[in-house]
Amino acid sequence: MAYPAQYRYTKDHEWISLANGVATVGITDYAQHELGDVVFVELPKPGTKIETGKSFGTVESVKAVSEIYAPAAGEVLEANGELQNAPEKINSDPHGSAWLIKVRLANPAEVNALMDAAAYEKFIAEKGQDASA
Amino acid sequence: MELRKTALNGMHRRLGAKMVNFGGWDMPVEYPSSGGLIAEHKAVRSGVGVFDVSHMGDIRIRSGSRPGGALAAVQHISMNDASRLAIGQAHYSAMLYPEGTFVDDVIVHRLGEDDYLLVINAGTREKDINWVRENTRHFDCVVEDLSDACTQLAIQGPRAADVLRKLTDADLSSVKNYWFTHGTVCGLNNTLIARTGYTGEDGFEIYVPSSVPASEMVWSKVLEAGREFGIVPCGLGARNTLRLEAKMALYGHEISETINVWEAGLDRYCKIEKGDFIGRAALEKAKAAGLARTLAGLEMIERGIARDGYACFNERGERVGVVTSGSPSPTLCKNIALAYLPPAMAAPGTPVYVEIRGQKCKAQVVPTPFYKRPKPLAQQSAPKN
Repeated sequence: MAYPAQYRYTKDHEWISLANGVATVGITDYAQHELGDVVFVELPKPGTKIETGKSFGTVESVKAVSEIYAPAAGEVLEANGELQNAPEKINSDPHGSAWLIKVRLANPAEVNALMDAAAYEKFIAEKGQDASA
Repeated sequence: MELRKTALNGMHRRLGAKMVNFGGWDMPVEYPSSGGLIAEHKAVRSGVGVFDVSHMGDIRIRSGSRPGGALAAVQHISMNDASRLAIGQAHYSAMLYPEGTFVDDVIVHRLGEDDYLLVINAGTREKDINWVRENTRHFDCVVEDLSDACTQLAIQGPRAADVLRKLTDADLSSVKNYWFTHGTVCGLNNTLIARTGYTGEDGFEIYVPSSVPASEMVWSKVLEAGREFGIVPCGLGARNTLRLEAKMALYGHEISETINVWEAGLDRYCKIEKGDFIGRAALEKAKAAGLARTLAGLEMIERGIARDGYACFNERGERVGVVTSGSPSPTLCKNIALAYLPPAMAAPGTPVYVEIRGQKCKAQVVPTPFYKRPKPLAQQSAPKN
């Protein structure tokens, strides 16, 4: 699966995309592949403040619980309610319809410090794993 | 420390399996090419799957100069009554510490008049072998560690017999559950074929030489023979969810060196009346003293997945127990768990709260096993027409 060029990526395998000051956050295809079948998602309510690098929710596969970390600080505007009944969407469309939260960023410039798609692809390749499988 | 590998390690990697460290072994947890853990689990419940379980250990105990030495040794170190085993029969048992707690659980096979095979867990292999050697020293028997000599494959599911039948001259229909036979499998003579498993389904475990070529040949032929039945390679992830649904114990979770036989609910495999064995005296005392905790099945009512180690609370908010294994159940589409609870809270329907990331989520005690396989169809009567 391709990594969208307009997104930015974290070392914890979240992605963030920014439009008109509102960011959308999800987990990467690499992350969903590492997790396996996603069966449960827990996301913050609108109004929750999230802090850079701090956990704001969890994604669970059959085997494991995985924390999701905020790529940037801000206030949650919306959580993707569809994932509650269809968490498996994270496996099939992690970069699209299975976004996790929308956030009003405190400082949109924070995003510039994150990896672009090319850097992220290099990062996961260096982990010695096949991210495209 | 370098991870240990089974003879099929290269095969798993070529299949693109996700590998994990399991008790010091580099093992496949799931195969994305099979569709992943849930697909593997469902294949075993509805069709057939194959597992590499070569990390399991194998200890052979034979009599020394006189008959009876092997049986006496096996009786001393294990809690079930091996004197009841016919040649060709196996049973579930456990080796216990003097405290009545678990060294490991084992499957004891009676290979011959004075010849037993104990199949033991991977994570406890060295401990078990040392334990067996140490505690059989005064018996007239010979203990052999065959663990590295065997590749063990588990072919599991309602179609397992259909797959294996294509690969062997052995009459599988005469091999009942927890019995075994020897036959030619994939051209390999005298292969041990046991109707055993760790999935709650019908199935077989076969033991072949651990050379890479022999192991890969058998693995490939099993997959080829199973194709028409939808066979998939299955990893330890599905093995765990399958055994949990069937309430089969996992060492380090439901059984351990601090949990005794009665607490684990394994009474029917423990034969106090057979005579003395290691752990018996402590178990008799424990029985008289009464149970402080017992293993119970839970089903989550509120959203959330109970995981190993999560604390359990009663309605008054008092901490009463702990989850030993928990997972979504792919068969039941519910979140299930096993937990140690006070006996007074073990009745089905009792509310229990599991603490999940600081939140107490409601669950209830349910009867176990969570899943029981349908009884094989009785001889169908001839259609009336």
